[in-house]
Amino acid sequence: MILLFPKGRAGRLHAPTWVLLASVISMIGSACAGRAGAVTLAGSTAFQPFAEKLAEEYNSAHPEVNVTVQGGGSALGISAALNGAAQIGMADLVELPADAASLKATIVARDGIAVVVNPVNKVSSLSMVQLKEIYAGNIRDWKDVGGLSGPITVVSRESGSGTRSSFETILGKFDLTRDAIIQDSNGTIRETVANDVRSIGYLSYGLVNQKIKAITVDGVACTTELLLSGKYRLVRPIYFLTLGASTPAVKGFIDYVLGPAGQASIVADGLLPAT
Amino acid sequence: MKRASDKLVERLLLAIALTTILCLLVIAVFIFKEGLPFIFKIGLGDFLFSSDWRPDSGHYGIFPMIVSSLWVTLGGLLVGAPLGMSGAIFLSEFGPPAMMRFVKPAIELLAGIPSVVFGFIGVMVLAPFIRAVAGGPGLSVLAASIVLGVMILPTIMSISIDALASVPQSYREGALALGATKWQAVRMVVLKAASSGLLAGMILGMGRAIGETMAVIMVAGNAVKMPTSSLDSARTLTANIALEMGYATGMHRQALFATGIVLFIVIMILNGMAGSILKKRGHLR
Repeated sequence: MILLFPKGRAGRLHAPTWVLLASVISMIGSACAGRAGAVTLAGSTAFQPFAEKLAEEYNSAHPEVNVTVQGGGSALGISAALNGAAQIGMADLVELPADAASLKATIVARDGIAVVVNPVNKVSSLSMVQLKEIYAGNIRDWKDVGGLSGPITVVSRESGSGTRSSFETILGKFDLTRDAIIQDSNGTIRETVANDVRSIGYLSYGLVNQKIKAITVDGVACTTELLLSGKYRLVRPIYFLTLGASTPAVKGFIDYVLGPAGQASIVADGLLPAT
Repeated sequence: MKRASDKLVERLLLAIALTTILCLLVIAVFIFKEGLPFIFKIGLGDFLFSSDWRPDSGHYGIFPMIVSSLWVTLGGLLVGAPLGMSGAIFLSEFGPPAMMRFVKPAIELLAGIPSVVFGFIGVMVLAPFIRAVAGGPGLSVLAASIVLGVMILPTIMSISIDALASVPQSYREGALALGATKWQAVRMVVLKAASSGLLAGMILGMGRAIGETMAVIMVAGNAVKMPTSSLDSARTLTANIALEMGYATGMHRQALFATGIVLFIVIMILNGMAGSILKKRGHLR
């Protein structure tokens, strides 16, 4: 079941250890097999599955380079890139924090943030202002936004999540209501919203399925076309962060991700291309 | 006169035993080293008794989480202890021995089920049920209490069974010979004689409940406010650490280590209380 995410969870809870372990193992591996290089990516859990797929594709075409992918979240992506635990940090934030200033940021993809409710919910459209008021805890009942009467269960992500910080930044800074249920991954947000008819949540556009309903924001539906045209406003960039001069292996992988094959793979899985 | 090889093995075992203590020591020192400077900086009162947890804007109050942890643990104990103890009493005093042979391994198997599985059942079955019957978001203190109650059931039950089994048969026979009914013998003699063991089972169960993380994250909802009813969503100390550890840097990370210190101290206090109760009753010397 999607909810469990054993891999993502292990990667997230013990991310620094895993990253360290992975880099050590890949170093040993490259020393033994005489490989040309090792590339370790760490960070954004939203981009992690895509990065894993890209790494797999790249590894099969370039067996001399060993690309490993770890999760850990955007903040960890930044710190791992800064301290060298990973050659590439992945971050999915609208605004990179100040301590990321020394890193070279390359946009490799963009991702829409879909606002989702239970399919049973009558509401299928909200404005940005209404969304903000709901998440700030000022609108608390569905009848105030055109739904059936009943308290709104606000579902959000943990503080530090790139999806949450992007969502809050785009809506305009506010303090999340303390009543909000906190879930720690896109998958668990989806399960919570699918299970609770009065809930509202947000998650990566690529992960919307038929168990939940994506609503229109300011009258714009969350579809690939409208995301590409820039009309749908809840979009955040996904960065690859590197420190200093890249090794040929790192550069090769980033070029692959930005190239036609990599971008096609990203688009096929529901993300938006870099440009 | 010991042989050299005996001495060698003895030394080796001593070294291994010391390693365990060393591990504990290193962990404790590490947690305190990372967390204490933070507590000094922010002030113990603000940290422990403020209900404002917004790491992004520099507010670190964990009072709701301390309350939630205790509430959820107590709730789990309220569910698990009566069930576990009465089950143990029935199995060892009243049930047929054949039943014990079948049920006890089954209970021990229950203890081996990973906590995600309990959490998963809680999310898929329990939370929607609570939402439909009692209202609220479903992911709540109540859901967490029930899940924890079931999770600590095997601990409480198997230790209680062992405690009851260790009561000498002659006590029961003596009570029965004096004209007590079976239930009177159990209530007045056996339970009294086994009370320290039963208490130990409860305390071990409580220890497991307060430290449980995974299942609680999944069913408690993790809202950062003070829960005011058992239908409210709540975040425990363990959940707070596990949810935010992967992302935290700087002060935020230190705040989580400080949360760990609080958890550490709470558990030390509980264990200390348990130890002193057992000592007072003269069962632990």
